[in-house]
Amino acid sequence: MSTATTSPSVDHQAATLKTLASIFGDGVYSATRFRDNLRLYVPPSRLIDLLTALRDQCGYALLSEVGGTDYLGYPGRTRSRFEVHYVVRNLDTAATVVVKAGVDDPDPTLPSAVPLWEGANWMEREVFDMFGIRFEGHPDLRRILMPEEFVAFPLRKDYPLRGRGERHNFPRLTRGES
Amino acid sequence: MAASLVDEPDLKTSSKQATWTLNFGPQHPATHTTLRLVLELDGERIIKATPDIGYLHSGFEKLGEHLNYNQYVTVADRKNYISPPMNEVAWHNAVEKLLGVELTPRCQYIRVIIGELSRISDHLLATGAAALDLGAFTAFLYAFNLREQIYDVYEEMSGYRFHPGYTRVGGVLYDFNDRVLDRIRKFLSNFPVVWRDMEKLLFRNRIFLDRMRGIGRLSKEDAIALSCTGPIARASGVPFDLRKDAPYLAYPDFDFDVVYCEEGDCWARFMVRMEEMRQSARIIEQAVAKLPGGPANLPIAEKLNLPDKATVYNSIEGLIQHFELIMPNRGFETPVNEVYAAVESPNGELGYYLVADGSEFAWRVRTRPPSFIHFAVFPHIIKGHALADVVAVLGSLSIIAAELDR
Repeated sequence: MSTATTSPSVDHQAATLKTLASIFGDGVYSATRFRDNLRLYVPPSRLIDLLTALRDQCGYALLSEVGGTDYLGYPGRTRSRFEVHYVVRNLDTAATVVVKAGVDDPDPTLPSAVPLWEGANWMEREVFDMFGIRFEGHPDLRRILMPEEFVAFPLRKDYPLRGRGERHNFPRLTRGES
Repeated sequence: MAASLVDEPDLKTSSKQATWTLNFGPQHPATHTTLRLVLELDGERIIKATPDIGYLHSGFEKLGEHLNYNQYVTVADRKNYISPPMNEVAWHNAVEKLLGVELTPRCQYIRVIIGELSRISDHLLATGAAALDLGAFTAFLYAFNLREQIYDVYEEMSGYRFHPGYTRVGGVLYDFNDRVLDRIRKFLSNFPVVWRDMEKLLFRNRIFLDRMRGIGRLSKEDAIALSCTGPIARASGVPFDLRKDAPYLAYPDFDFDVVYCEEGDCWARFMVRMEEMRQSARIIEQAVAKLPGGPANLPIAEKLNLPDKATVYNSIEGLIQHFELIMPNRGFETPVNEVYAAVESPNGELGYYLVADGSEFAWRVRTRPPSFIHFAVFPHIIKGHALADVVAVLGSLSIIAAELDR
């Protein structure tokens, strides 16, 4: 789209990078740009620090979106298997920043963003439900879309599109038992 | 009272035995869609509401990894089925940002028109159904009758009434013709009449007002903390609108206002939607009047659009292009990269986080569903209200279960 290169949000993003550099210095996160997106890759241990700085020092008040991706078999992949993205938005300048944190098997765990934004609650539950990534400090980390009995994580790349027959084996309640 | 809804302590009852639990849904006429609430009540006062969702989970995001960028438009359609064209616009907006495509001016206008039509369609249902749930049947019928004319526009432009599947990468299925524009003009001439009818029926309706005012209050701070966008946030005093603040498509060309209220209750959400419909009608009027000429789709040299049938049958370039896009293992070449793009849908920010691996299929299609995020607000704002207010608050949040569960 025409906004790809000429967007005014690019200036705001440069200002944000400057502020972040004054707080964190070098080596905490790495920044890349694609179209009008600014992406910051950060290790899980500094994720909450970075999100807090974005919210409190840079004015990114709204946590727009949280979601996961499984990069198992992704072309040219050298980093961790899973990544969780956090899209934060500045409501005054409309600028967005995408923060990405990578985690790996066997026990993918990230710190929860719920203490920062209550809105992260359900979105983190969905990431847990679909990818099995645990969020430490989440108040209520349960499955949200899939049933409680479900054991697999359906959006992982090693889970087949048509499932593994779970649907036929769900427990059935008769009217008397319910 | 606590400063934030989130920090508010659980409500207490005089004796534990006095509370009872009510199962609301998943099949209930007032939920309109398939969602379930477990309500803990003290008499008729709600102590705690626990939403249980997932009844309509259909794996739409997984399907996106197995359908190409044009095919997935049929699935995107079915997310928010009250405003399908807006889903299509949002989906192809993300795809085109990934590919770095700039649309033709005519196509940008067409997408604005179908997007705004779908916003009116959504808000007519949301306001009409809010009235229906509170006993005002007539306003609902007027609103639904007008929605039929929007379906007529969809039918004329694409051949499908409910899920048009109208946008394509770099363009649209068919260009607008005079019959489509006539239908839109007819709709625009009928819209103010119906709007005034609804105004007369609802704005001074004592029962309706009493059941909407002061119910389900959401403060500005809570709206931001809970990630609310769209009419829900604007009714709570967050005057943020992606069309104005981060313009996409041809929105900078149009004169319209961002509607907002500060009360944050059901009535404010209702009023924001009513007024937004008029703003959308203003945008459509301007867009129809100024609709640029020229082609709607990009030239076939861009290797993105499916060429129309006349070109396929009569020119070798068209035939090759058609073959390249349709045959398996050919199709689009995408950058190995990822992008987040969002549009202002009737319910709020509708975004796609799209990861591409260079092939014609997406690696990951993550939807940012406004209904999902707004339903998470529900247990906080219903606390302490009466059982009968559940339908008022649900209606004012306009939860669409297909988008909620995907």
